[in-house]
Amino acid sequence: MATVGETQRTLYPYVTGSSVVAIKYKDGILMAADMGGSYGSTLRYKSVERIKPIGKHSLLGASGEISDFQEILRYLDELILYDNMWDDGNSLGPKEVHNYLTRVMYNRRNKFNPLWNALVLGGVKNGEKYLGMVNMIGINFEDNHVATGLGNHLARPILREEWHESLTFEEGVKLLEKCMRVLLYRDRSAVNKIQISKITEEGATLFPPFSLKTYWEFSAFKNPTVGAEGSW
Amino acid sequence: MFRNQYDTDVTTWSPAGRLFQVEYAMEAVKQGSAAIGLRSKTHVVLACVNKANSELSSHQKKIFKVDNHIGVAIAGLTADGRVLSRYMRSECINYNYTYESLLPVGRLVVQLADKAQVCTQRSWKRPYGVGLLVAGLDESGAHLYYNCPSGNYFEYQAFAIGSRSQAAKTYLERRFENFMSSSREDLIKDALIATRESLQGEKLRSSVCTVAVVGVGEAFHILDQETVQQLIDTFEIVKEEEAPPAEPQPATEQDAAAEQASGADQGGAAGDQGGSPMDI
Repeated sequence: MATVGETQRTLYPYVTGSSVVAIKYKDGILMAADMGGSYGSTLRYKSVERIKPIGKHSLLGASGEISDFQEILRYLDELILYDNMWDDGNSLGPKEVHNYLTRVMYNRRNKFNPLWNALVLGGVKNGEKYLGMVNMIGINFEDNHVATGLGNHLARPILREEWHESLTFEEGVKLLEKCMRVLLYRDRSAVNKIQISKITEEGATLFPPFSLKTYWEFSAFKNPTVGAEGSW
Repeated sequence: MFRNQYDTDVTTWSPAGRLFQVEYAMEAVKQGSAAIGLRSKTHVVLACVNKANSELSSHQKKIFKVDNHIGVAIAGLTADGRVLSRYMRSECINYNYTYESLLPVGRLVVQLADKAQVCTQRSWKRPYGVGLLVAGLDESGAHLYYNCPSGNYFEYQAFAIGSRSQAAKTYLERRFENFMSSSREDLIKDALIATRESLQGEKLRSSVCTVAVVGVGEAFHILDQETVQQLIDTFEIVKEEEAPPAEPQPATEQDAAAEQASGADQGGAAGDQGGSPMDI
């Protein structure tokens, strides 16, 4: 810990992204995140791409501090560059990238200067699908479906019920949309501009952003204080 | 090779464009006892001639396990070889720690070659006096590389280095076209026959050679003496009378030179796991 320059280490995040949700499906990985960058409680930036392709085989989605995400992208850019410079037919797959990120995140946490993110790393290499998560304190794991932030509480229960091996692309997208819709209703830092990406053996595809249809005519929404007179 | 005025420093070129110190280092490799390597699509076998200086001493360890998927056989200055093996082990384990996957052999070999090159371009260093046959498996299949003191490296189907390696190379040249599709057993047999060629008339016994294998689904390990002797017996015409020297020696050897004990000697006493006690 620095005595001079308390400002030299991350104390709290400033511009943050909300949840990322990802699932394995038949051909690879599907990942969804909204395009919001919140500045505290203000939904300030509405076109932030929070999912990026890494190398030939992986996708990285991030929630948390956006500037730290950009820093991580620089680290990974250099990593992939050196990997390509070997020019020897070998390439870093999603498992390797995930482990590298885990080492970086845990190392920063040990120096009390964390990268304030929860990252989702998914990819396919040689037919093997991989999906993992790592957060700012270095906790990491792999699973068939992962989510960050509020997604853990709102999306994963849905996925636990409805995810199964060999989801088709259409089924996977519908499932992710269901999760993102719940997050849109219930997470105050969610924005209705969703980006879905997929990665398969052929490569990564980032689909154009779209909006989810929402329904606000529920009677409970119309008269929210009916059960609690005097509240607002 | 004669002494001349351009061979004192590794950083001095001769008028003919040669670095004599580097060439002398390659001579050191030729003086070491033979090491042989061959590979198929799925397996790589390393074999070497292990002669002890006297009846009383143990053999020098010439085959080192670098990781589960990589092993190396050396010829030349074995001390230099040990140091390089330690470097290779360190690189493999660091890569595994960061990426949780196996370091591709091709990359390790390039790192090793670059390390050797440094010693050919610093006036305060000398080249490593050891040739390494690196055997390993990675995503792209089974590989055998040869790293020399000059910093060059080559990939081979089969190769032999060290003294009297030409005889082994001649045998391998005759047979190498079949190696890619050989079975594991045939590959080991060919390695042993090539080793026998290097012995030039002397009887091939498991006490004078060490054999190691790495393959798909098979971690790198040194075969124990009994197994090697059995394999030799399958193709040797005359059955050897001499009892395998494993039994009387282990106690004295462990006291005398624990560092030097080779897998081939201790293997028989240690059990039939096929791993040397010095294996990491």
